[in-house]
Amino acid sequence: MVKPEVYRSLGLSDEEYKRIIDLLKREPSTTELAMFSVEWSEHCGYPRSRILLKLLPKKGKYPTLIGEDSGGIIVDDLAIIFKMESHNHPSQIEPKQGAATGIGGIIRDIFTAGARPIASLNSLRFGPLTEPYNRYLLRGVVDGIQFYGNCLGVPTVAGEIYFDESYNGNCLVNVMSIGVAKKDELARAFARGVGNSIMYVGSSTGRDGIGGCSVLASHEFKEGEEKRPTVQIGDPFTEKCLIEATLEALATGHVVGIKDMGAAGLTCSTSEMASVGNSGMEVELQLVPRREADMEPWEIMMSESQERMLVCVKKGKEKEIEKIFSKWDLHAVVIGKVTDDDIVRIKDKGKVVAEIKAHSLTQAPVYDMPYKKPAYLDDLNKLDITKISEPKDYNGVLLKLLGSPTISSKVWVYEQYDHMVQTNTVTLPGSDASVLRLKGTNKAIAATTDCNSRYCYLNPYKGAQIAVAEAARNLVCSGAEPAAVTDCLNFGNPERPDRFWQFKNCVEGVASACKFLNISVVSGNVSFYNESIKGVVNPTPTIGMIGIVDDAHQVCTQYFKKEKEIIILLGISKEELGGSEYLKEVHGQVKGDTPDLDLWLEQAVQRTALDAIRKGLVSSAHDCSEGGLAVALAECCISNKENMVGAVIDSLTFDARKDAALFGESQSRIVLSCSKKSVHKIRDIAERFGAPFQIIGRTGGKELEILVGKRKIINLSVEGMFERWIDSLQSLIMA
Amino acid sequence: MLKAEIYITLKKTVADPQGLTIKHALDSLGYKEVEEVRIGKLVTVKLNINDKKEAEQRLNEMCKKLLANPIIEDYSFKIEEV
Amino acid sequence: MKFGVVVFPGSNCDQDCFYVVKDVLKQPVKYIWHKDTELDNFDCIILPGGFSYGDYLRTGAVARFSPVMDSIIDFANRGGIVIGICNGFQILLESGLLPGAMLRNTNLHFICKYVYIKTENIKTPFTNLCKKNQILKIPIAHNEGNYYIDDDGLKSLEKNGQIVFRYCSPDGDVNKESNPNSALANIAGIINREGNVLGMMPHPERSSEAELGSEDGFLILRSILKWLGSK
Repeated sequence: MVKPEVYRSLGLSDEEYKRIIDLLKREPSTTELAMFSVEWSEHCGYPRSRILLKLLPKKGKYPTLIGEDSGGIIVDDLAIIFKMESHNHPSQIEPKQGAATGIGGIIRDIFTAGARPIASLNSLRFGPLTEPYNRYLLRGVVDGIQFYGNCLGVPTVAGEIYFDESYNGNCLVNVMSIGVAKKDELARAFARGVGNSIMYVGSSTGRDGIGGCSVLASHEFKEGEEKRPTVQIGDPFTEKCLIEATLEALATGHVVGIKDMGAAGLTCSTSEMASVGNSGMEVELQLVPRREADMEPWEIMMSESQERMLVCVKKGKEKEIEKIFSKWDLHAVVIGKVTDDDIVRIKDKGKVVAEIKAHSLTQAPVYDMPYKKPAYLDDLNKLDITKISEPKDYNGVLLKLLGSPTISSKVWVYEQYDHMVQTNTVTLPGSDASVLRLKGTNKAIAATTDCNSRYCYLNPYKGAQIAVAEAARNLVCSGAEPAAVTDCLNFGNPERPDRFWQFKNCVEGVASACKFLNISVVSGNVSFYNESIKGVVNPTPTIGMIGIVDDAHQVCTQYFKKEKEIIILLGISKEELGGSEYLKEVHGQVKGDTPDLDLWLEQAVQRTALDAIRKGLVSSAHDCSEGGLAVALAECCISNKENMVGAVIDSLTFDARKDAALFGESQSRIVLSCSKKSVHKIRDIAERFGAPFQIIGRTGGKELEILVGKRKIINLSVEGMFERWIDSLQSLIMA
Repeated sequence: MLKAEIYITLKKTVADPQGLTIKHALDSLGYKEVEEVRIGKLVTVKLNINDKKEAEQRLNEMCKKLLANPIIEDYSFKIEEV
Repeated sequence: MKFGVVVFPGSNCDQDCFYVVKDVLKQPVKYIWHKDTELDNFDCIILPGGFSYGDYLRTGAVARFSPVMDSIIDFANRGGIVIGICNGFQILLESGLLPGAMLRNTNLHFICKYVYIKTENIKTPFTNLCKKNQILKIPIAHNEGNYYIDDDGLKSLEKNGQIVFRYCSPDGDVNKESNPNSALANIAGIINREGNVLGMMPHPERSSEAELGSEDGFLILRSILKWLGSK
């Protein structure tokens, strides 16, 4: 009889333990208990989120592919495969290895689908940099990403970094990978065909990360330090060899199915490959290559040693596969075979140590969790704007915002990432979205990650919708048609009704916005329990979105290109200050409701911008986000350091307070610049789509001047703005 | 069986920015007495050899050939029985 | 003219070099696995960038012992054209085909960005289409690009015109501010005494097409082709 303390410490409830006994019709062995605990954890089995995740649309404007471990879309004869995943808890404990192994895992999900990884992105969130530990985390995470990603030769092309008190004690590290394959060369993650071999490939197995999955991912942690030994160590060189060997092996046609050994290693890969294939599987643990002596069967089954995969190989073709892997100095050994029952049978020295129906492992219990709107929210949403004093020094406010860590340039970070390898990066980091050409075609893909979690905190449903809308807007500004989404849902403890209410509303928000914009959600990840004694993270449904550029030569960047061009604002500036960076940085308040989002207006603005870009009418396009219109204009002036172009904004009209018009974060706004002769054509397009259109000024000079009426309220040199914006993050990190 | 610990450091004449960075960090933590910091690599190897003289000769070879780059690095090692 | 791109375990710019030769320069090209030793059919060997053997011990230190390297040394000694880019440059240094060594960038960070380099020697197989002191805009991406050689070695490089490229400002000033990794004397690329082996940290294959932001690197590839054609 297993003691309740034991299964509870593995994260299983009394009911779940009873269910295991019902399924097995006996007491589980230690190995079996460990296997159930990881397969039924939120990380693998999604017991608490599964009902809601069904709301996310699986269809969109491009044909959608949903694989076992990733998903994608079909564009002509290519499959674009992508997925985002969290590595929050491991990174909070050991930032360098946590982030590095996060990249390793997500990239394995892409190439085990048969796609060559072509780009990585990341969305990072930390507590304020005034805390030394947060600086340590940021430096460590960036170091991990560069250490792993650069060695692999997969460019890290885009990302975002946010800072907020809610991430004190719980940083978020969400990593996304994109791969490309011929659509008929994709691989599946199943085991089929009785007698086919199960091969273990890659690094040997040690005790790394044992219990990492269940313990790290399903419990709030109190003391990070003492859990350090279970952190997995990344080996990017081996992973690089694995990529090449795997793609070579898949090309032989001898591979039936393949799966990464990620969370819960062998447990996950054996049970899920058997379950998806409606097969059984028998494995002998003595055949598993090992790095450490005297490992118990359950330790081998739970190990999260990195850079390993399980492959189902056609009988008789094992030698050919082995030859490919040994060319790259990698293990490839037969450890078992596909059987004709539906049972995963694990043996150790011939003795059965686990014998479980594959489906009972992979069909985790499903819980309908209770939810309740947090009591504090009604108060929080009340913002009396008349109590917010208008600034006297608008120049000072703009400079302050440009220097705020969330808004300031991330050049210190992305210059540490190889963002050019593979020679596809047409639009480099530092614009609204990065663009990668697809060699051999005229097309390109654009990619971005987005989520303003402060909005989601104040209004989860609308905040999540805005995350989707803004991601799409960023892609449009780069000249791409928004195509599909991967989401990484980071929340607190789902067993608390207030947290689950946030989760429910965010998922519904993502689903509704994606449906409206006709964008499918092809893959994703849920990360719960992002809380510590320091509090809970803001609800953070990170959206990774890719878009398609039909003509790779018609891409657009955010910065002004030359003097004497016309500056246009699409959209409307309303009197909205709730949740803004301005309200927080200048007035020290996180309050109010999030800005409004009218998806019809959003769509009109996006279609106008995209149509104008595709017709070659637009010189630059930039969306208004954190910091509002003034920050957007400043960024248009300064984000190309080799050719900074000033602007005079003298025809701005709005129906709001000046600070709201300039720093408020009204949604669905895009700043365009174009030549004089293109203006009326863009106006016509805007009229056709019903997008509000106004000419607000012109480019030129070495200053950004913004006039309200006849009064110049902002007048700053581009050099001065640039200096504040470019150095701020680095000086905060190095403090 | 013998065990050797091989230390590889940058030559004195070569700048060591890692060492300088750590020196500054120690300094800011109040360890003002730290005069110099040099960072190096430690390589441990186990040898299926029992003769120390022979081990020394082999280790010298390994260091010159692969483990250290004589243009920028110095090495030293100590051998013990295990 | 036939180009060969060497693939070491951990090379990651091999496919980029292959692509640029085949699809941009439009010349025949083959991969050379690091265990292959047959180089007779090649006119130019490219050692690409990347992290051969993970760069775990020291950049290029392990790759230098790959079987292909003895053949490459022979090939170079017979006057064959060899270009090492980034990790390829580091391997050339470790193998002794070029003098000096690489240290870590002094800011201790990997640096990926466009830089400017000045072409100081145009009488080489790699730069014959450049103008004297032509400034090239070309990206770097490395952890260890801080070139080092002792005083006598530096004097010898200077005297023999072996310094082909130096980091400079957009206007061509060779100064400290324009030196991304603190390389000695702003050295970005050198040739051997005979002039047939070039090592450079910047990536010409990443700057050979306008849509990537610069075509300046293509001058180097076209120079090689011209030199081979006139031989």
